Amino acid sequence: MKIVIEALIVLLILTNLKLIASSRLSACIRVVAVQGVLLGLMPLIAGQEALTLRIAALSGLTMLLKGVVFPWLLLKTLRSANVRREIEPFVGYAASLMIGAGLLFLAIWMSRQLPMPFAVTSPLIMPLAFFTMMIGLFAVISRRKAITQVLGYLVMENGIYAFGLVFAQHEPLLVELGILLDAFMAVFVMGITIFHINREFDHIDADRLSALKG
Amino acid sequence: MGILFWGSLAIILAGGMASLALGRFSPWAGRVGSIGVFVGCLMGLAPAMDVIVTGAVMSWSMEWRMPYGSLSCRIDALSAFFLIPIFLVSGVSALYGSRYLKIHETTKNLGASWFFYSILVVSMALVVVARNGVLFLVVWEIMSLASFFLVTFEHEKESVRQAGWIYLTATHLGTFFLLVLFVVLAREAGSMDFDRFEAMRFHSAAIAGPAFIFAVIGFGTKAGFIPFHVWLPEAHPAAPSHVSALMSGVMIKTGIYGLVRTLTFLSPPQIWWGWLLVGVGLTSGVIGVLFALAQHDLKRLLAYHSVENIGIIALGLGLGLIGTATHQPVLACLGFGGGLLHVLNHALFKGLLFLGAGSVLHATGTREMDRLGGLINRMPWTSATFAAGSVAICGLPPLNGFISEFLIYVGAYHAMGRPDVSIPSAGVIVGLAMIGTLAVACFTKVLGVVFLGEPRTEAAAKAHESDWAMRIPMIALALGCVAVAAAAPWIVGLMSPIVSGVAGIPAQAVKTHLRIIQGPLESVTWMALLLVFGIAILAMLRKRLLAGRPVDRAGTWDCGYAMPSARMQYTSSSYAKPLIHLFDGILQTKTSYDAPVDLFPARAGLHTHTEDVFRRRIYEPLFHAVDRFRSSLRWMQEGRVQVYILYIAVTLVVLLIGGL
Repeated sequence: MKIVIEALIVLLILTNLKLIASSRLSACIRVVAVQGVLLGLMPLIAGQEALTLRIAALSGLTMLLKGVVFPWLLLKTLRSANVRREIEPFVGYAASLMIGAGLLFLAIWMSRQLPMPFAVTSPLIMPLAFFTMMIGLFAVISRRKAITQVLGYLVMENGIYAFGLVFAQHEPLLVELGILLDAFMAVFVMGITIFHINREFDHIDADRLSALKG
Repeated sequence: MGILFWGSLAIILAGGMASLALGRFSPWAGRVGSIGVFVGCLMGLAPAMDVIVTGAVMSWSMEWRMPYGSLSCRIDALSAFFLIPIFLVSGVSALYGSRYLKIHETTKNLGASWFFYSILVVSMALVVVARNGVLFLVVWEIMSLASFFLVTFEHEKESVRQAGWIYLTATHLGTFFLLVLFVVLAREAGSMDFDRFEAMRFHSAAIAGPAFIFAVIGFGTKAGFIPFHVWLPEAHPAAPSHVSALMSGVMIKTGIYGLVRTLTFLSPPQIWWGWLLVGVGLTSGVIGVLFALAQHDLKRLLAYHSVENIGIIALGLGLGLIGTATHQPVLACLGFGGGLLHVLNHALFKGLLFLGAGSVLHATGTREMDRLGGLINRMPWTSATFAAGSVAICGLPPLNGFISEFLIYVGAYHAMGRPDVSIPSAGVIVGLAMIGTLAVACFTKVLGVVFLGEPRTEAAAKAHESDWAMRIPMIALALGCVAVAAAAPWIVGLMSPIVSGVAGIPAQAVKTHLRIIQGPLESVTWMALLLVFGIAILAMLRKRLLAGRPVDRAGTWDCGYAMPSARMQYTSSSYAKPLIHLFDGILQTKTSYDAPVDLFPARAGLHTHTEDVFRRRIYEPLFHAVDRFRSSLRWMQEGRVQVYILYIAVTLVVLLIGGL
């Protein structure tokens, strides 16, 4: 069982790296979708106790939202905004990968420092949570297109979800549902906003919003 | 009685809310708002009077979910003493304002203005009854914000907006020091409750000394101690006149209240506190009146007089502190008594003067004294009440300003020749005399230039008397000035519980000490009556003698010259010139003089302008430096969302790593 979980975690780490290394926006969206589905699988496999209906429902909902609904919304926006690629990001792709490696190291170091109050399913899951959150933040900071920023936000939320997995037996699922709803609303609103920004300005470069600065 | 107090606040607030709801262009907005405040204030006077006369303290307490906060209020003698001017001046100013703002009825949202007015009145009342530091700071801030919105009533004018910002900055800087004060006290006491503070009696000099300094700066900014006064000469002229009357007459006194209330927490006082307050009082008094003398704008002049009178109050409090510190109860009682009584007196006459200035502004459309003149014939009521206020503010008998200054004088004379107190007492006597003299010079200037002589402009010539809604408040305040003076011996007797609480002397002892002043005050009252009686006899005699004889009326300043013009009169600058010249080192008046040339000079001109030295020399360089520093950090504000998120992310990561 443990080998499956660790394989999943490694896959998740790879999706993170893929996200910051790829310039095609549709590929990025698909990577985030895959990440969502993998994360949704985690509680089903990694659950230390018996599979309850609640956990199953939560996993199903997560996979549905992150794997189907969000990508569909974002791809739709992408088509209507008529952009395909992230051109001239603030941090180049090679440099992004290097920074990604650095962040992975930082995440592992940080989770070593954190004392764990109880046994965790896998020692890799804490680094994964930190790493995913950091990658999300990094994507928000280093990319120009508003779509990538939305993706960064989603990935950050995935990190929080992974963090929640560690405490799955200690944390009420209601909180998890709340975060999910939050993310859903955010993606929804951002999708609409991007569409409108694009219609007004013919581009969705978030950095050019600085022209609005007083 | 308690229900009356809360009822009055509820009525005031309800009036303001209703006015706001009636909104923008309804003529009822102004009426409902002013009537609500007026009725509420009348009602609120009853419990305040009751506490003073019977000495029964009212208190309430409720749980509050704010950390360290509790909704506890108490009306003791000191609070009640401050509640009286608050309700009195707010009430009559509201009546005045209902007429004064009428010209803006179609262009401005009067509902909002009255809403903030009612909030201001309620928050001032709560400031003086609050018994918890958190509650106090909250209502204190509400008070500052409400008055900010009232000052910026005519916000379409650049100068008004500027004045509003200066006021807002000053008041927040002051509040910062108050926050520090309360935190320092609360850390020692373990609670923010004033009852706890009073029980603690912070003896240690390490706490009490800094706390006193914070209180002087924080409350002094609201009160207008020099050098924290810069907002007064900006905000008072910018505000509508009834608001100026309220702010200058009452709101700045909440600063004095705060200072006095803090003194009840810190005991026994150290002698340097008294020296400090006497020093602050002398500076504020003398420099305030000097700057007043140099002004051409009527309301700005009155604002500087507020600084002067706050200085007189500080002199009284300073003497009181010195008296307490050196165990000389007579000096303590007379100092505190005089200072606190001046709070009430200044509220009455400064309210009256601002309402009078508003009446002039309303009738002529200008505050420039050199554009007025000859108003005594056109506005007899305004002129008479303004003259009464002037006599009072100059500290001349028989009106109330004299009474409080008399108390301070007597205290200082009493202390002369005693150990430790001779020098400050002598300083106070000399300072008060100088302030009084300059104030007389200043108000002869105002009365002479604005009300006497011939009108200098068309607007002044066409001036008309304000109607009764504006006249009655002025008359009421003028009568208040007379009443306080006439009832002085009785009022001083009533003040003994208040003084006793501040000076820490038993009420019975205070009563005995105050008795030494009551005899002279009674004779002052008799002399005043005699004076009035004498004037009446002379007036009757004059009428008698003139009866049946022809009386000629000639132009003012005629002097036999056939074609006098209004420009031949003294102006406000020329009248004050000799004195201004004498104090040029402080005032630094800028003069541009276009001298007449040739035998038949075509044109000539003289322009003088006195800026606030403290503003130009201290605050402007300081704030410019802050501004430069701020601009040098501007590169951080890139305008890119990504960079802002980077800042947040870096901060979080650094904090996280630091925490591990």
